[in-house]
Formats: sequence, C-alpha cells, structure tokens
Amino acid sequence: MDEIKLIEIKESILTDNDIAAEQLRSRLKAEKTFVVNLMSSPGAGKTTLLLQTLAALKQTYKTGVIEADIDSMVDAEKIRAAGIESVQLRTGGFCHLDSNMVKQGLEALGSEGFDLVFIENVGNLVCPAEFDTGAITNVMILSVPEGDDKPLKYPLMFSTCDVLVINKTDMLSLSDFNMNTLYGHISRLNPNMNIFEVSAKTGDGVKQWADWLKQQVSDFLQ
Amino acid sequence: MHELPITENILTIVLKHAAAGHVRQVVSITLDIGELSDLEDEWMQHYFDYLSKGTVAEGAKLKINRIPIALRCNGCGKTFEIEKSMIGKSTCPSCQATGDFSLVSGRQYHIKEMEAK
Ligand SMILES: Nc1nc2c(ncn2[C@@H]2O[C@H](COP(=O)(O)OP(=O)(O)OP(=O)(O)O)[C@@H](O)[C@H]2O)c(=O)[nH]1
Ligand SMILES: [Mg+2]
Ligand SMILES: [Zn+2]
Repeated sequence: MDEIKLIEIKESILTDNDIAAEQLRSRLKAEKTFVVNLMSSPGAGKTTLLLQTLAALKQTYKTGVIEADIDSMVDAEKIRAAGIESVQLRTGGFCHLDSNMVKQGLEALGSEGFDLVFIENVGNLVCPAEFDTGAITNVMILSVPEGDDKPLKYPLMFSTCDVLVINKTDMLSLSDFNMNTLYGHISRLNPNMNIFEVSAKTGDGVKQWADWLKQQVSDFLQ
Repeated sequence: MHELPITENILTIVLKHAAAGHVRQVVSITLDIGELSDLEDEWMQHYFDYLSKGTVAEGAKLKINRIPIALRCNGCGKTFEIEKSMIGKSTCPSCQATGDFSLVSGRQYHIKEMEAK
C-alpha cells in the first residue's frame, strides 16, 4: 500500500474569477466606464426598471446594456426598441454571469465609448451573489410580491449588494409586505446599503434612484 | 445551483497541486465553505465524480467543512456566531443592538488540503 500524504492547498476556489473581476474593474476605471450589475429573482422588474432608468439617463450619458437572458432575445429587443445599444449574452442555462462573460459582453458592445453600461444578470438570487462580475456597483431589485422575508432566505445577495431597489411598491396595499420588517433585516445584514422604493410601473420613486445613480456616475467620471 | 462551475474550479486547482506533488491518486479533498453559500454537498460530489473521470482525482471524496456565520457589532465591537436562519433577525449578545452589524465570516470558499498517494 502506498502511504497517504497530506498536501496543503489553501487556495480560494473563486480565485480565478475574483482576479479576473478585479482586473476588469481596474480597466473600467481607467477607461471610465461605469458598470452596474442588476440582479433579482425572475420577474422582479429588472427590464422594466432598466427602461425607466435609461429614459432618465440616456440624455446625459452614453449608455449600453448587456443582457443575460437564459435563451431568448426578448429583453435585448425591448432595450433596442427604446433606442439603446444592447448585446445579448447566450448563457445557455448558466445560472449566473462571471467576469469573463461580462468582458465578452463589453467587447461585443465596444465598451470604450460608453460612460455607463448596465448588466441584466440572470434572474436568481443565489448564484449571481457568488460571482463578482467586475461591475463598479451591484444593485439588487426586490419586488413587493416576493415578500419582506427575502433577506432571511438569500442573505448573501443582500449582504453583497451596494443598492437595494424595492420595486412594485404600487402593490403594497395588496400584500402583507412590511417595510419596517424589511429595513430591520437589512440593518443587520448590510447597514450601509442604499435603499430606494420605486414602482417601475407608475414611475414613483424612479427619479430618486436615477438621480442617485447619475451622481455616482458623475463622481466616477471625474 | 452553480455547483458545476465551482466543481470545475476545484478540480483544476487540485490537479495543479497533484501534478506539482507528483501524486498518483487523490484520496480526499477538504473544503472550507461558509454557511452562507448555498452549495449542495451531494451535487458537488456528483459533478466532481463526473468531471474527474480519467484524472488522478477520480474517486476522490470531497470533505466539506461548513464555516459558521459570524457578525461583528459595529456598536460595541463584539463578534458573535449565528445560525443562517437568524441572519436578519439577530441581536448583539453583548449590547443588545439589533442592527449595524458587519459580516466577518460565512463567505469562505477554500480548498484546505488533500490526501493523496
Ligand atoms: N405592478 C407592477 N408591475 C411591475 C412593476 N415593474 C415591473 N412589473 C411587471 O412585472 C413583470 C416582470 O417585469 P420585468 O421587467 O420583465 O422583470 P425582469 O426582472 O426583467 O424579468 P426576467 O428578465 O424575466 O427575470 C412585467 O409584467 C412587468 O410589467 C411595478 O413596479 N409594478
Ligand atoms: Mg428581464
Ligand atoms: Zn453590540
């Protein structure tokens, strides 16, 4: 019998992606392209909010979109119909985007000329939280019908994002969603999170979010 | 849900160390994974068995240590461990604060060591 030996490895499993993401972020800073990674459950309102946000920002910044629909062009076509350049990444059932896929998306878009690029990540609250895309800021959308207990079920997502947009606030009166309960969970998980309450349908609150983002991009571009 | 790409990374790293250490067979691989990750142990083993076929790591067993979630209270500085189910509901055991905590542990994703012949 061969003797069994113990070999120390001590390596992070995500190292490759983390390093690639950091490199991409440095490049984006040098090229002055602000990238926003949008994450949420399917149907929380990423595309609808994106369209509203683009309407508020496209006059000020040259803006593009990277779409990561699992296997359709539906969202990318909506964005294009609004006059915004977009590319569709075929994720082919992949559950998240990693920084290499984002890099490909930026190349397809020709990112150098863009001030602001949005990524619509794959709709799920688990996998995208583990993979740094290289984006400058990470935003998650939680919609009212999903419930105020989501931070308890998806703590990693809530703790890694810089911004929470609470969407579909027009449906608050129809549900038992409790804003105070949600804020209580967030203050424990991620006290520095920027929170916006919006309805992408009625446009309520979208201006506050878009103004905040405009300020971030303006600071970044200076 | 993303056990497949994670398992690919594990295999790549393990094979690199196996080649460096002139290993003929990897027996087990010990991982330190934070409680916050949603990886399913069984799926990881399943994918690993599939991906490692024909390599020196074929047949290796994944031993997964779950590292507890710990928060630090920014008010009083106390660090405390909590269950995943308590993460948005916790209270500081020292000053009873109910907010303003920072995550200090629970996101680990490490390959610690491997046993090999
Ligand atoms: N009532 C209400 N409905 C909304 C709001 N925002 C989006 N919706 C609706 O919710 C549905 C899903 O919206 P999308 O914007 O497609 O959501 P998504 O997150 O992009 O969805 P996927 O890309 O499929 O994951 C659509 O029917 C929208 O019209 C809102 O603020 N209020
Ligand atoms: Mg969409
Ligand atoms: Zn305390």
